[in-house]
Amino acid sequence: MKKSMKKLLSLGLAIAMAASLTACGSGKASEGTTAAGTETKGETQTTAAGGAATGEGTIKIGGIGPISGSTAIYGQAVKNGAELAVNEINANGGINGAKIEFNFQDDENDTEKSVNAYNTLKDWGMQLLVGTVTSAPCIAVGAESSNDNMFQLTPSGSAVDCTKFENQFRVCFSDPNQGAASAQYIGENKLATKVAVIYDSSDVYSSGIHDKFISEAANQGIEIASDEAFTADNNTNFSVQLQKAQDSGAELVFLPIYYSQAALILAQAKQMGYAPAFFGCDGLDGLLTVENFDTKLAENVMLLTPFAADAKDDLTQKFVTSFKEKYNETPNQFAADAYDAVYAVKAAAEKAGVTADMDASAICDKLKTAMTEISINGLTGENMKWSADGEPDKAPKAVKIVNGVYTAM
Amino acid sequence: MEKSTAKKFHIDKTFKTNLITYSIVIAAFIIVQILISAGQVSSLMKGLLVPLCIYSIMAISLNLTVGILGELSLGHAGFMCMGAFASSIFSISMMDSIPSAGVRFFFAILVGAAAAAAAGIVVGIPVLRLRGDYLAIVTLAFGEIIKNVVNVLYLGKDSNGFHFSMKNAMALKMEKSGTIILNGAQGITGTPKNSTFAIGVILTLITLFIVLNLINSRSGRAIMSVRDNRIAAESIGINITKYKLMAFTISASLAGVAGVLYSHNLSSLTATQKNFGYNQSIMILVFVVLGGIGNIRGSMIAAVILTLLPELLRGLNAYRMLIYAIILIVMMIFNWSPKLIDFRKRYFHLNRAKKERV
Repeated sequence: MKKSMKKLLSLGLAIAMAASLTACGSGKASEGTTAAGTETKGETQTTAAGGAATGEGTIKIGGIGPISGSTAIYGQAVKNGAELAVNEINANGGINGAKIEFNFQDDENDTEKSVNAYNTLKDWGMQLLVGTVTSAPCIAVGAESSNDNMFQLTPSGSAVDCTKFENQFRVCFSDPNQGAASAQYIGENKLATKVAVIYDSSDVYSSGIHDKFISEAANQGIEIASDEAFTADNNTNFSVQLQKAQDSGAELVFLPIYYSQAALILAQAKQMGYAPAFFGCDGLDGLLTVENFDTKLAENVMLLTPFAADAKDDLTQKFVTSFKEKYNETPNQFAADAYDAVYAVKAAAEKAGVTADMDASAICDKLKTAMTEISINGLTGENMKWSADGEPDKAPKAVKIVNGVYTAM
Repeated sequence: MEKSTAKKFHIDKTFKTNLITYSIVIAAFIIVQILISAGQVSSLMKGLLVPLCIYSIMAISLNLTVGILGELSLGHAGFMCMGAFASSIFSISMMDSIPSAGVRFFFAILVGAAAAAAAGIVVGIPVLRLRGDYLAIVTLAFGEIIKNVVNVLYLGKDSNGFHFSMKNAMALKMEKSGTIILNGAQGITGTPKNSTFAIGVILTLITLFIVLNLINSRSGRAIMSVRDNRIAAESIGINITKYKLMAFTISASLAGVAGVLYSHNLSSLTATQKNFGYNQSIMILVFVVLGGIGNIRGSMIAAVILTLLPELLRGLNAYRMLIYAIILIVMMIFNWSPKLIDFRKRYFHLNRAKKERV
């Protein structure tokens, strides 16, 4: 008896260990789920709105992105932003009278899961896709969607290959475009001649911008004084990279990275007594919302971003207020990209005369041409237009943080 | 079929169980094919067919290390990563030289298996000197090393041939017309989609054939003797290092084959924590433990169930991962709790007893 109890106990321990390991697997999943608690309500509402309108026909729009795992914040933001837009459009009469039904599937930022999510949505009867949120899954899903001739508009898939096929379009800037735009902006405005770069070599977004920035810098007469990388496994201590930047005499440090690491870099630079100018891309958006971060450190940081939650125009303010009301947080640029993506789909669908009874392939053929003919005023740019290769045509906005708020430069 | 049943009375028990294992795979394949031709399979299921084969192969190959060799390996996904990247690079660079997709894919599988086997030997020589927990920790480290090394490799091809760098894409110094095949963390894009369910099933059968035959061979018995009593095995003149390395390398190369299927199933390949990292290695170990350590058929079935489960639970939205974890725990208890094992034994014995009576 005693022996079997012991066995049982060791088994229990083994199970607990296995469970904790799987819990590790989903990483910040718990965070995702708690956040999801508030969001599920929103979703049921959407489906309810869609369900009520089934009689007049509904257009089924699918969304794919990570809502669990370490990149859950991006997927969650896109999901919320898109839902907000869908609800607004449905409240105002839908697309040509047809209501939108929106279904967002989790891909955990994994290519394989993403294709599974895509197939799930296809079984659900998706007619067009707003997704995916992250780059590598977007490329994998793109191969499938082009095969099926399914219209795909990614809000935030920024790698070049995300718009490889002609059924694919994107709302955000591509990584190389951001890198080139940053170099041009620094060069043209003579912000600095000696520049240090600190980037995340294990991140697709960061290394994509970095590569183009370095090659464009040469054309702009910018000298790359130091070029230092870190990786996702080693992203808390930046003293080595900062020391090298300081020793090289760089006047400006270019940070094509996400805000959580940038916050650490700013704090550590301050400790070292190193005060160059800092310049970043849209990944830095969100810097001011980092918990326990002294926003004074971010003073005079410059960033190229298509969206600033503090902007004073009516559209942004309306979006930010209703987003805060519904999800209780300040929207970031991913949410804004998703919001614009849904409105872009609406504009293109109205232009092309898409109706709810058309199949995915017919819609795709119509939207492919309509996307290049529309021009919308969105949160992430005025007069956004698209070219046939899927790239958006909009001007990047450079902002500077002054007194804790974004100020146009 | 009748012939084999007639024969079964004379053949030994292991051959019979092996035959059942093969027939399960073949039957599953035939049923799925019939359902597909009848139009009864959803797109999700069609998309999952190849991953099911991939994870079955992974589970079978890890069971060789964990169950037969008796060493806990936590870096199995690293070998899968090796096979995936090597074969992808091969397929893309040979796109023009070997136009036939079938021939190219055949060689890609060999390249993937060879690359993973080479990694298995390199990792195995130092690692297999260790035992127990130490070995587990070091394999874990090697798995992570493989993944991280792949993330800093850059490889391009232009008219001058191949260019290689470990710094960044610019350091390749390629001509304008050149293409970057492997772009560091951005991985490989544009691998041809050659993996099909039929090829997956054939590879699963080959994997089964290799592993089951190895187990029942002279070498297999030597490997198991090392597992059961190292000192006794050594004293009767069994070369421990040789047999350990043999099992470990075969296991690695089969994982490489799974990697080839994986990379040729998706058009973008990046080495992330999710697909080739520690999490994946643990996931595969869970397949093996749940299916039964040393039980090849069981681990295959566990892999299929656990791969399907999270996808079938999609309807539950955000609660999906929570329910998945709970089901996993319940399944583990059901499988391994001594009380439940007693219960099942009694139940099945009752059945058997009844049958015999009839």
